Amino acid sequence: MSDALSKMLASRDWLLADGATGTALFNMGLQSGDAPELWNVEQPDQIHALYKGAVDAGSDLFLTNSFGGTAARMKLHNAQHRVFELNKAAAEIGREVADTAGRDVIVAGSVGPTGEIMAPMGALTHEIAVEMFHEQAEGLKAGGADVLWVETISAAEEYKAAAEAAALAGMPWCGTMSFDTAGRTMMGLTSAAMAAMVEKLDHAPLAYGANCGVGASDLLRTVLGFRASGSERPVIAKGNAGIPKYVDGHIHYDGTPDLMARYAVLARDCGATIIGGCCGTTPEHLTQMRRALEDTPRGTAPNLEQIAAELGGFSSGVDGTEEGGGGPVRERRGRRRATV
Amino acid sequence: MSDQDDDIILAELNDEDLVAQMFDDLYDGLKEEIEDGVNILLGRDWTPYRVLTEALVGGMTIVGNDFRDGILFVPEVLMAANAMKGGMKILKPLLIATGAPRVGKMVIGTVKGDIHDIGKNLVSMMMEGAGFEVVDLGINNAVDAYIEALIEEEADILGMSALLTTTMPYMKVVIDTLIEKGMRDDYIVLVGGAPLNEEFGKAIGADAYCRDAAVAVETAKEWVARKHNQMAASA
Repeated sequence: MSDALSKMLASRDWLLADGATGTALFNMGLQSGDAPELWNVEQPDQIHALYKGAVDAGSDLFLTNSFGGTAARMKLHNAQHRVFELNKAAAEIGREVADTAGRDVIVAGSVGPTGEIMAPMGALTHEIAVEMFHEQAEGLKAGGADVLWVETISAAEEYKAAAEAAALAGMPWCGTMSFDTAGRTMMGLTSAAMAAMVEKLDHAPLAYGANCGVGASDLLRTVLGFRASGSERPVIAKGNAGIPKYVDGHIHYDGTPDLMARYAVLARDCGATIIGGCCGTTPEHLTQMRRALEDTPRGTAPNLEQIAAELGGFSSGVDGTEEGGGGPVRERRGRRRATV
Repeated sequence: MSDQDDDIILAELNDEDLVAQMFDDLYDGLKEEIEDGVNILLGRDWTPYRVLTEALVGGMTIVGNDFRDGILFVPEVLMAANAMKGGMKILKPLLIATGAPRVGKMVIGTVKGDIHDIGKNLVSMMMEGAGFEVVDLGINNAVDAYIEALIEEEADILGMSALLTTTMPYMKVVIDTLIEKGMRDDYIVLVGGAPLNEEFGKAIGADAYCRDAAVAVETAKEWVARKHNQMAASA
């Protein structure tokens, strides 16, 4: 493998990813409701500063400002015809920052969910999803992204569509899902089910994992679930800096840099290789996470009690990976009507 | 899951067994079976309101509870809601024609700046599943849009949803405007969305924060009942 992330993974036993994009942009004055992706061409200096913030804090890898860069999302801002342009710009600025960092830094082209529900439940077909992800991937590739970074996905179908798009673009990729509903994704996928799904893909990701979700403890439980599946594929942990709180008209994440530093060390102990933050994670958090990862020797994997003691309790008692937690079970009448 | 021998004919079941079967069929998201069940019950002289409350809402309550408890997830709920919708399509004109009691009417939408609508859509579906009328304003609603709809639709409930920490404060703008206009007490205000919590709901002056669609339904029922009692007491 010759891509930059594979090389870095081969030579290092952990990597620090970046933190929040949205949180940082809103602090820079992005108005809620505006498309962050438009800033790639309207406010390139701010995007430059966003990326540089992560790199200066010690990130080995950062995500481009292209999370909502599919046609499905851009359409809500009437910019669906600008997908290629905006994604290319996001990656180009990233390339600039990475190439002047003075060390190896990976530009990961962020690809977020379409926000639509896939067929048969919803209206989005597999073919159209692949097409939309592919269009975005080509833009990111043209701008110089090293790897595609699919994130915050809930449905296995959507993850698979993104994999296919990455193959069409001839790009290596990574993909994380958000486990925010009773330890599963919104669509009910468990960590074990995701790990199994990933191994069955034709164009498998370089690394897979979890991002966002509800708190650091839940995220680490999910990482333990991945590792228990037996897959040796590198695992990504990108959790939020705590829980959002409403203070004096503003939103504030309650995860301190110190808590995120402990989370980072525990994530590595749980078996994660690429470790970063998500919403609420600032360069200040990243700096402390880097320092903690460098200064703390790797330990054995913690159990759930130890995670709860260090980082706080879980949002749900179980996450679907426990015995008998496979799927919806209901005592039913066991009869079906005759199909005439 | 069932053997050929177990096949049943809906029309041959007595009322009680048929309703129980419809609960199962809703749970499994079988739209045609639900439509058939509704027609059979109507044919047995059940009032449309009774079919709605005892068969459909009863079945959706089980779905809602299992969703709340993390046993069912979004895909199963969408299937169940779709089946329910099939039944509702038959019942709706009949409910109006027979002057059936209104469960309640909700105006719902994501707040200004927020374009994330999966959660809001789920709440709409589950509210309809519980027999409420829902006026869905879609995404990105400014305060005027909410207020106009509340007045025009003679709604009982205002539902606001936000997925972003940056858009959720707008809920307070809407509530403050309702207060200014002296309309706040006319409506039950429910808020929801991934980054919200009960504390936030209280801080902005909502009646309740609803963790998920199932909780939204329970909370709406509870508050509507409370409102009716108050009205009865003051009458």
